[in-house]
Amino acid sequence: MKLPDFTYHRPDTLGGALELLDELGDDAKVLAGGQSLLPVLALRMNAVPNLVDIARIPELGEIEVGAEGITIGAGVRHAQAEVSPVVAEHAPLIAGALPYVGHRAIRNRGTVCGSLAHADPSAELPAVALALDARMIVAGSDGERTVPAEDFFQGVFTADLSETELLRAVHVPAWSPRAGWSVRELSRRHGDFAIVGLACAVELDEDGSYAKAALSYFGVAGRPTRVAEAEAALIGRKPGQEVHAEAAGIVSGVLEPAADLHGTSAYRKHIAGVLAKQCLAEAAGRAADRAGQNGAGV
Amino acid sequence: MSTDMHKITLTVNGTDHTVEVAARRHLADVLREELGLTGTHLGCEHGVCGACTVAVDGQATRSCLVLAVQVDGSEVTTIEGLTEADGSMGLIQRAMWEKHAFQCAFCAPGVMMSVSTMLADNPAPTPEEIKEGLSGNLCRCTGYHSILEGVNEVVAKMREGESANGAAGA
Repeated sequence: MKLPDFTYHRPDTLGGALELLDELGDDAKVLAGGQSLLPVLALRMNAVPNLVDIARIPELGEIEVGAEGITIGAGVRHAQAEVSPVVAEHAPLIAGALPYVGHRAIRNRGTVCGSLAHADPSAELPAVALALDARMIVAGSDGERTVPAEDFFQGVFTADLSETELLRAVHVPAWSPRAGWSVRELSRRHGDFAIVGLACAVELDEDGSYAKAALSYFGVAGRPTRVAEAEAALIGRKPGQEVHAEAAGIVSGVLEPAADLHGTSAYRKHIAGVLAKQCLAEAAGRAADRAGQNGAGV
Repeated sequence: MSTDMHKITLTVNGTDHTVEVAARRHLADVLREELGLTGTHLGCEHGVCGACTVAVDGQATRSCLVLAVQVDGSEVTTIEGLTEADGSMGLIQRAMWEKHAFQCAFCAPGVMMSVSTMLADNPAPTPEEIKEGLSGNLCRCTGYHSILEGVNEVVAKMREGESANGAAGA
């Protein structure tokens, strides 16, 4: 369908973008990759009088690495992050999730921060950000604020972003030498939104038992959801089939996914448990490999 | 409100074009209507079918999901750009034709542009990589096997030293 009418702005700087948002407020939406926004406009599900294109602002286009972790700017495309050696080394859960995001052409235009700001409960990257305890760097004309992932994703397509703010970057804490990851999802076709998906990140202790675990589900609620009870049950215990099955049982008991035409609630609860077992096994294996490679011993 | 018009420049299949377009016009419509390049097709016009796939600065792109104004200054390759200078079929088109890859061929331009960009990155993809690379292009007619045969033929011809770039270059 053809898009509704709007005025297009392309500021050259972040400051310019924020000035425009101050001026236009509710009458403007931020455009980066447009791979979620343009379909919404094309389907006439929404209309907005102004689009502020930030995709070509140079200061937003970088992936920066520091001692504390990596920072992915608002202009970074999925495809860029997918092939970035920095992301592969310091945030492999992101690199591992990206092949599930849409299709190649979508990833060439869409942005990591755009996906986070869009806050689709069935999307991979919000769940990944939650699993990694990522911090969102939100910019407004009066300064910046940092929002932890668990507070940022508030509900269906609802993020902690006011109409005069934009998500400038996402900061991902440094990846420990004994960390592992796994992402799995169930969908009808490759590239479809998940019926149920899991982004899993773990860290092992020197003796090989779980020091940290994140089980971050997407497609099961109005926002990405971690199952704290299942995570807690893993701490201090060594990876193994029984331990993982126990965690999976807790997950299936705790989650209450809504039913829809793709699956009943019971089916989704069951799949969530299955994914927990698969992902924990894979993540623990990767953690052990990484520990071995780093001489960190496990 | 009066329509927000922008003057933009696009290099399409090697030729520069300057056009004045409304902000709301997507790249597919500008290619088809302002530039008369109707090889790029509109199937769903909301980014799920892949029929509108072109290359923007060498990257596979859903031209219905990008505003023309967003890609001001970019290089665009469309299906017309895969043809030889004398108008004959380029390698990808010829291989797909020889293998009877398509039936109605509505999906074909998008498929061939996905193939073109995929092979520019990786000239020797595995069968899984080919399927992954084409997973965003839907076809109602063929069941995909004939399309995959065509892609295998492209890869084979490229291995024998033929060029897949056509007149405009990918």
